[in-house]
Amino acid sequence: MTLPIKTRVQADDFDLQTEIDALASANCDIGAVVTFTGLCRDDNGTLAALELEHYPGMAELEMQRIAGEALVRWPLDGVTLIHRFGKIVPGENIVLVVTASKHRNAAFEAASFLMDFLKSKAPFWKREIRRDGKVGSWVDARDVDQAALQRWR
Amino acid sequence: MVKLVYFAWVRERIGKSDEEINLPDSVRTIADLLDHLKQRGEGYAVALEVPEVIHVAINQEHCQHSDLIGDAREIALFPPMTGG
Repeated sequence: MTLPIKTRVQADDFDLQTEIDALASANCDIGAVVTFTGLCRDDNGTLAALELEHYPGMAELEMQRIAGEALVRWPLDGVTLIHRFGKIVPGENIVLVVTASKHRNAAFEAASFLMDFLKSKAPFWKREIRRDGKVGSWVDARDVDQAALQRWR
Repeated sequence: MVKLVYFAWVRERIGKSDEEINLPDSVRTIADLLDHLKQRGEGYAVALEVPEVIHVAINQEHCQHSDLIGDAREIALFPPMTGG
């Protein structure tokens, strides 16, 4: 049986339940499904939207590489990664990680690993668009995100 | 000829999203490439002012500044990633 790895880069929103069902219905041995959803956060009412730029082609490839790495490390029955691009307003979804396994620990840990690597290795860049209409600055990478990778070494 | 592609503020400072250029034989590594590009104009110099922060991918795979360019078809330069 080939493991279901699904990675998508899309402008459109995604539906959490649809993705869970797609993964869980494929295999009745799955006992645990963990999901992480990353949302666009309103920055004290000053943010109108985020504009997400990505590297078409490499974004998909890198997400597949990251998912493949998770499958080497944990006994998973499936991984779904979805990352949106384009203009995303506060409250909207940006990213989805779904992991499935027989038992919960593998699914929890793999989901955390996948998010840490998506943040620092998947070629996406956020720029702020302010409520006053100004195109704001590019979001800076955070040291804490880089440090998060270290715990998986 | 190698295709160079730029993203986010690297793209903005250089002023274009991609270009094809011929590299002299002396440009062997990614570090050599960054040095070489800095000489191409003010936008390049500003974009690549602090080369340590520039991330690079060869043929859509992350690489190090010490890596050889070899027969790369596509080299991407971009700032630290901020997805997720």
